[in-house]
Amino acid sequence: MMKAKSASLTSMDSARDPEGSAVIQIQKLCVEYAGRGFGQGPTLAVKDLDLRIGQGEVFGFLGPNGAGKTSTMQVLLGFREATRGEAFLFGVNVRQPIARQRIGYLPELTYYYKFLTAEELLRFYATIFKIPRSETERRIDALLDLVELGSVRKRRIRDFSKGMQQRIGLAQALINNPDLLILDEPTSGLDPLGRMKVREIIQRLKNEGKTVFFSSHELGEVETVCDRIAIIHQGELRVAGRVGDLVAKYHTDLEKIFLQIVGYRAESSS
Amino acid sequence: MNTISALAGVVIKELYRRKDFYVLFVLTALITVLMGMMRFFNDAKIIGYVKEICLMLVSISALVIAITTAARQIPAERENRTIFPLLAKPVTRGQVLVGKFLGSWLATGIALVVFYLFFGILSGSHENRWPVLILLEAFWLQWMMLSVVIALVVFGSVTFSAPSANITICMIVVLGILTVGEHLNQVAMQQNQPVGSIISMIYFLIPHLEWFDIHKLVLFNQPPVPWVYCLLASLYALGYTAVFLFAAWLAFRHKPLTA
Repeated sequence: MMKAKSASLTSMDSARDPEGSAVIQIQKLCVEYAGRGFGQGPTLAVKDLDLRIGQGEVFGFLGPNGAGKTSTMQVLLGFREATRGEAFLFGVNVRQPIARQRIGYLPELTYYYKFLTAEELLRFYATIFKIPRSETERRIDALLDLVELGSVRKRRIRDFSKGMQQRIGLAQALINNPDLLILDEPTSGLDPLGRMKVREIIQRLKNEGKTVFFSSHELGEVETVCDRIAIIHQGELRVAGRVGDLVAKYHTDLEKIFLQIVGYRAESSS
Repeated sequence: MNTISALAGVVIKELYRRKDFYVLFVLTALITVLMGMMRFFNDAKIIGYVKEICLMLVSISALVIAITTAARQIPAERENRTIFPLLAKPVTRGQVLVGKFLGSWLATGIALVVFYLFFGILSGSHENRWPVLILLEAFWLQWMMLSVVIALVVFGSVTFSAPSANITICMIVVLGILTVGEHLNQVAMQQNQPVGSIISMIYFLIPHLEWFDIHKLVLFNQPPVPWVYCLLASLYALGYTAVFLFAAWLAFRHKPLTA
């Protein structure tokens, strides 16, 4: 009976991910928003999106504002349910909270309990992941050193500068030693040193075989750190592939590819 | 359970780190000082009145702490967007609701213990009587009553968009039940149909919070109520608490959260 059940689960997993070892699998995802005004129809934010991100990849998710990036991330993180289609993290449907056991998430802006100290915040999130106490303390020390906040560990987050808040955000995203890191505009609001630190951390995670999925408007940064990218516009996937292949195909840099795909025309050319 | 207790711990930490929490403690201290001054009148009746005022203020303060603490939990999580990093972890929305409820209830319980300690010590030192058992029962029943109130407020916090609307509506509902709840069946009998049936139905549906109030027994130095009564009242409170939390979960489980 158990064997039959596990066999059926395996076949289900391979149906979800025919190529195997997908960390993120998005199939025909649609996200629709109900119209707010009288007689206003629903708005389709994401339309039939298919994406597959394998283990160890650094994947850049690009698009102009309102393209559908945030809606896609919201579905992956369980903040919103898909209207149609499915999304899986490590083969587990994102509707199940356990799908988020192996991920770390860094939001674009700092959304943390400001009345807690840096170490209390990390301890709180460690408790959620059921990390043993001694291991929690070891990880808190290591992460606060990594983000260079060890000296202010007992200071409340409300007294942190914006850059410090972003760094404590990065530490909380890494508290469970995640296999997948989802970063929403990770370098927005950071000074050049902070940006460099984030890039170093992404590179280090990549070297450890972790997967990084991030959205960004910093195309130069994307070009530097990403293995693959996808550009989404008006809810539809317009292009996806290796950065090098795309640059070779379009004979130009990523910024120009992006502008071409989103239909931007400079005033002088019109 | 780890997740729920961690969430509850954050609620308690927030409460004791907020300045407004201490304002109520200062008020309690002022009340007790006022009560201490009554010694000069040497009138047993005046002491009784002051005790009644004190107990009423303790009830109001506890109710205010319970409602305001519970009402801001979910809306503050959404407004400050702390709910996003939280729900990006393996946490269910049900756990968030139960954690917030438990934190608010425990925090209110801590405040209530302090209030009753002040009241007990000062009234005991004036009357040279130490009715620990009846005070313990009064505390317990009031705390159980507040569990129903907090669960109702948590339900309101996922239903109404503004916390102020939730606080106002819940305060009116709770004060309405406490003042006229027990008379509704008598009112129903005096009405024509179908109004009478509707009022009767409301009488049987609402949680009768007034059943938890034994302050008159405390005031008139009556013997404690049988523990069976406390047990039944606790079960009654737990039942309504579960109903309101379940309704809150139904309202919150599929609610889209916009970043």
